Amino acid sequence: MFYSLVFSISKVALAALLDARHHSPSLNHLGDSMASKKKQQDTAGMTQEGRFYSAERLHAMHDMMLYIRRFEEKAGQMYGLKKIGGFCHLCNGQEAVCVGMDEAAEPTDYMLTSYRDHGHILARGTDGVAVMAELLGREGGVVGGKGGSMHMFDKSKNFAGGNGIVGEQVPIGTGFAFASKYRDDKRVSITIMGDGGVNQGAVYESFNMAALWKLPVVFVIENNQYAMGTSLSRASAETHLYKRGISFKVPGIQVDGMDVLEVERKMTEALEHARSGQGPIIVEMMTYRYRGHSMSDPATYRTRDEVDEWRSGRDPIVRLQKQMVEAGLATEAEFKQKDKDIKKEVVAVAKAAEAQSEPELSKLWDDILTDEIPNAYPYPRQVG
Amino acid sequence: MAKITYREALNQAMCQEMERDDRVFLMGEEVAEYNGAYKVSQGMLDKFGPRRVIDTPITELGFAGLGVGAAMAGLRPIIEFMTWNFAVLAADQIVNAAAKMKYMTGGQYDCPMVFRGAGGAAARVSSQHSQAFENWYANIPGLKVVMPSNPADAKGLLAASIRDNDTVIFIENEINYGDIGEVPEGEYIIPLGKADIKRVGKDVTLIAHSRMTGYALLAAEELAKQGIDVEVVDPRTIRPLDEATILASVAKTNRAVVIEEGWRFAGIGAEISARIMEKGFDDLDAPVARVTGKDVPMPYAANLEQYALPSVAEIVEAARVVCNRA
Amino acid sequence: MPIDIFMTQLSPTMTEGKIARWLKKEGDTLESGEVMLEVETDKATMEVEVIDEGVLHKIIAPEGTLVTVGEAIGVIAEEGEEVPADYVPEGAGQEPVLETHGTPAAVEAEPKPSPVPAPREVAGEAPAVDMAAVERAADDKRIKASPLARRLAKQKGINLAAITGTGPRGRIVKADVEKAAKRGINLGGAESFVPREIRPLPAGLMPYHADEYDAIENSMMRKAIARRLTESKQQVPHFYLSVDVEMERLMDLRAQLNEAADGAFKLSVNDFIVKAVSKALVDVPAANASWADSHTYQHKHAHISIAVAIEGGLITPIVRFAEQKSIVDISNEIKELAGKARAGELKPEEYTGGTFSISNLGMYGIKEFQAIVNPPEGAILAVGGTEERVVAENGQAVVKKMMTLSLSCDHRVVDGAVGAEYLNALKKHLECPASVLI
Repeated sequence: MFYSLVFSISKVALAALLDARHHSPSLNHLGDSMASKKKQQDTAGMTQEGRFYSAERLHAMHDMMLYIRRFEEKAGQMYGLKKIGGFCHLCNGQEAVCVGMDEAAEPTDYMLTSYRDHGHILARGTDGVAVMAELLGREGGVVGGKGGSMHMFDKSKNFAGGNGIVGEQVPIGTGFAFASKYRDDKRVSITIMGDGGVNQGAVYESFNMAALWKLPVVFVIENNQYAMGTSLSRASAETHLYKRGISFKVPGIQVDGMDVLEVERKMTEALEHARSGQGPIIVEMMTYRYRGHSMSDPATYRTRDEVDEWRSGRDPIVRLQKQMVEAGLATEAEFKQKDKDIKKEVVAVAKAAEAQSEPELSKLWDDILTDEIPNAYPYPRQVG
Repeated sequence: MAKITYREALNQAMCQEMERDDRVFLMGEEVAEYNGAYKVSQGMLDKFGPRRVIDTPITELGFAGLGVGAAMAGLRPIIEFMTWNFAVLAADQIVNAAAKMKYMTGGQYDCPMVFRGAGGAAARVSSQHSQAFENWYANIPGLKVVMPSNPADAKGLLAASIRDNDTVIFIENEINYGDIGEVPEGEYIIPLGKADIKRVGKDVTLIAHSRMTGYALLAAEELAKQGIDVEVVDPRTIRPLDEATILASVAKTNRAVVIEEGWRFAGIGAEISARIMEKGFDDLDAPVARVTGKDVPMPYAANLEQYALPSVAEIVEAARVVCNRA
Repeated sequence: MPIDIFMTQLSPTMTEGKIARWLKKEGDTLESGEVMLEVETDKATMEVEVIDEGVLHKIIAPEGTLVTVGEAIGVIAEEGEEVPADYVPEGAGQEPVLETHGTPAAVEAEPKPSPVPAPREVAGEAPAVDMAAVERAADDKRIKASPLARRLAKQKGINLAAITGTGPRGRIVKADVEKAAKRGINLGGAESFVPREIRPLPAGLMPYHADEYDAIENSMMRKAIARRLTESKQQVPHFYLSVDVEMERLMDLRAQLNEAADGAFKLSVNDFIVKAVSKALVDVPAANASWADSHTYQHKHAHISIAVAIEGGLITPIVRFAEQKSIVDISNEIKELAGKARAGELKPEEYTGGTFSISNLGMYGIKEFQAIVNPPEGAILAVGGTEERVVAENGQAVVKKMMTLSLSCDHRVVDGAVGAEYLNALKKHLECPASVLI
């Protein structure tokens, strides 16, 4: 098929681009440790379910997951020290979804999610300092300190939020897909929601329109089992969320969201489905968040055993490390060193972000309208 | 100038802009094959095809949000609500998404789009289909609110709204759709944020928008017979408001009556009165009066419905009171 | 480098936490994600997980201690690391870091008293507002004029107090000011009631040597008198009528009554005059009137203002409904009011709202004088002293007790004939004084 050919070529190009795309400080140090192995890595790698992953790519995926994990832990710590305000939703445990999905996507594909957005925007390649600065309400934040934890946007990475109202991003993501179809530019809209958001009516309105008009959209449901404190079975009559599109003839697949390689593979298939004009598809990512819903949530609605089971048995980072060690692509010592380096990197990111100034007061008035009307009330940039 | 209806004027504006800019499309319930529930989009499907004139399911929240996404992605949607009553279902996308997007994204994403449809009271359709919502939207930074009162304004203002790079809430009036008036042919744009003096007078200023502008003009004729010379100002753009024109008129007449179809409490009249008080206090020779819809849901029975709405007689009376002639 | 473990904020309202339990001992290895300790917050007991891996080197805050957010509770050593004995954690003993940043972290702060006080009347008496009273109060105190009328009056130098409003509820509107300006009679400085042209010279420009006078600061009362009387003399078209009254019978009656009272009361000549004045006002109501631009208010009752000299000026307490009161009541009331006036204890309602004034300088030996109308009253009676005079009676010169009364009238409401009719009515009552007793 012509299209998949284009697709696989672009994937190779993408791999080469990885360093540039994932321009997070955490990855800079890798250059040295890996330069010596560069030759082997050209051919080294591992094959899973018939799909080959180069060592370089695997390392990049691993590093990004670990970077997100450490970044979120740091964010949690900063919140605890009252440096981050308001709401703060962390995604520890869900890193494989963030990274695997971005691995499968084209940089030109649109991505939208809800307010649990740090991991996704980092995976998309946005500078960690800008993300942390946003959390801290600093001038160099991704949206200049206007949004905070819930409203991360990076247009240069086609990352459209960061939307705070549960389910609100789903019709919007459908609109991005509509624009793709309107312009026939083969871009797919990856529209992410949680197992909580999937119960919003707007979601089904979107499923219907997307299916009706065969819009190129992949609806990703991050099923981390809890909508705030309400477990899936207490909130959903049909707990197999990938089946939620049946009435709209939207196909669905379920993916182990704790396995970054499976996420990458299944997401690639899903994107191809959408990109090839077959319309929308639902991808249910089975995952787990290690932390409470938000920072003030003691998560008493679930047992320690449950958390531990996911954590020790299915942790996506540990899992990939094990696979890579078994395949002879890395050593445990190497991962230990990486962790140290990434932690250091995250500390540096936090320091750099914290060193930034708060936004200038004049910014209060910026970016409300594009075409301001100077002589009409309410007057631009005026109190009364 | 050709004499055409208000609905034809709206149609001309959309066609004019769609011919000019491929990014503009029209989406809504019954806009395409049915030619529009109120026939505003008559013939547009034939002219532009199903890619750009799109019938939707009855799914206001969904297609409003779709429009937001499409606008963020660089298109310029015209999202038609059959009436603004149904847009209440879509309020999240208008208020939480479209209005906030530019700000919340630090200026990265714009939402250049028009939400349009019929607002205000229709005839004999009871409580859920006869409401004025302009004050809801006018309260929100990030939105513009536009309401034409005659065919020419309908064309010029809708074209300007489509070209505007922000989200515009464009509220038409069902009762006005059949009104005939002179409308400039060819490309016609009326800048947003500019009020229009629909009648010049010296004794009292009537400020009225949308359908009420017509009522104010009728009241002005009656008042003229009684020796009261009325000026009628139509803000046309509710937000942002061309208060300079209003204040200049009040400075001349020293008396003002604000008329709106919607409810009195926290209505548009409340805001305009407050501005006249804040900025034109020393020009006032009488307290600003308001004529509004009664504070009740719209009833069905013809007599009750008529009573619930502002009337020309009430406007005349209010004008007489502020002129100390009651 | 050792890593400090801080007490972190585990709920939005948490400011300090109690160490409930350490699940790790000193020397234990810490793996990321493991539960290290439990902290009791204001809301719940929360598990605190390991973030930084290593060895728990030291527990600073043992179980049961209350620790402020931001303070160190323990130290982690990295694997194989030697922590110096004198190592002091960064946060220990310091204020939480949050103070140094402008951003308040928590959604809610610690509970604090609401800045909005609770309703004063929690139960029982409703804080009902008497709207009528509010309106009355507003009516009494303030000149009602539209903002535009005020501005125009200021520009044209017109005194709003002199204009009667024709707008709703008597509001002065633009048309009223313009009408007044056209008439030109109301010129008179809007801010001060003293017209600009004759405004007194500023103190420094007085044509006197500083050592030749004492500058006595004008009291509020002085200024009010100056203002009101200037206003009256300039704006009220005065005319004057005089009449002589034979006082023989009144003096006899007064003597008889006082004797009979045996100390129960003591009537003054003035008491008789007040009573007679009020009776005459009933006889000639046209003299009991006030001018308003559009209307003349003809009063239904005689509220008599009586000028009382007090230190530094004068004041006019009012005997209300004098026409309905006995002379003894009037006498007592005047004594009481005069006493209050001198003591400065008069309430505003006791000196405002009169319809007719009396000024009596008889006791100073003044024969006759003309008083200035006290607006908005229509007339004022100036009373001279009672004295023996040679008068002609039936061609003979006889000596009689006589008194001269002078009436100053506001010509806008009281014409000459009305004034004359009134004075004659008054003269009749005084010369046939039994009538005042009825």
